[in-house]
Amino acid sequence: MVVDIADVEHADRVFHALADATRRNIVAVVLQGEHSVSDLARRYPMSFAAVQKHVAVLERAGLVTKKRRGREQRVSGNIDVLRAVHRLLDRLETVWRQRIDRIGEILADPTTGEAP
Amino acid sequence: MTVIAIEKNPETRTMTITARFDAPVDRVWQVWSDPRQLERWWGPPTYPATVLHHDLIPGGSVTYLMTGPEGDKHRGWWRVLAVDAPHSLEFEDGFADDTGRPNPDLPTMIAHVTLRKEPDGGTSMEIRSTFPTVEAMQQMITMGMQEGMSAALGQIDALLAAQDG
Repeated sequence: MVVDIADVEHADRVFHALADATRRNIVAVVLQGEHSVSDLARRYPMSFAAVQKHVAVLERAGLVTKKRRGREQRVSGNIDVLRAVHRLLDRLETVWRQRIDRIGEILADPTTGEAP
Repeated sequence: MTVIAIEKNPETRTMTITARFDAPVDRVWQVWSDPRQLERWWGPPTYPATVLHHDLIPGGSVTYLMTGPEGDKHRGWWRVLAVDAPHSLEFEDGFADDTGRPNPDLPTMIAHVTLRKEPDGGTSMEIRSTFPTVEAMQQMITMGMQEGMSAALGQIDALLAAQDG
């Protein structure tokens, strides 16, 4: 459920988490499927500890979930939180597309507009 | 297709949409500068808008009223931040209470409009729409969620439509 993002502190954590390019990339990767922290660490030119830190930020924002499987920590994406943000921007897009359509109609109407 | 580009950026809480029109810049500017034209496109057809006050100068304001199918009224306002006719316009857009006063408890948005002359004589119009704060965006998300549970769906639609500037 998208309800997760309904408190300000949490929204803050989400936007902070998404403000970093590596973290955005990690989210994109784990949304495709579960990865271990060591898999992720191999993808970026940084230490295991640094990647682990990024994952922790994402986890606190609710964007990813981490679970332990044997000796490995598996990271997967939480699509619902991201969806809430994207849905709002999508909605904004729809409202403006409709407005642009109506502007197009007004401009095509030869009876409106001041004479040049 | 009128819309030629869309960019959505969750980090900056911004949606940018660019459209192209077969009309000169001066003509496209009129849909913003003429309140009678503005009210024909600002609200959805089910919530026609009436522009009550229209003062498109820096520091000026625009106020409007949208009327829903049940006769329900929704008021909104713009605070004009910058104008460079006929090229650009920036304003804050928010909800108003029943008396038309800005409601400080509801989120606002910032819209930046840029009109550019195209080589073929047409005009491109870019609208950059930003939630100024994380709180504003979070509040709109909450309102969007409530919408899913609300019987008065159309009312919230109108509010959102009025809000997205």
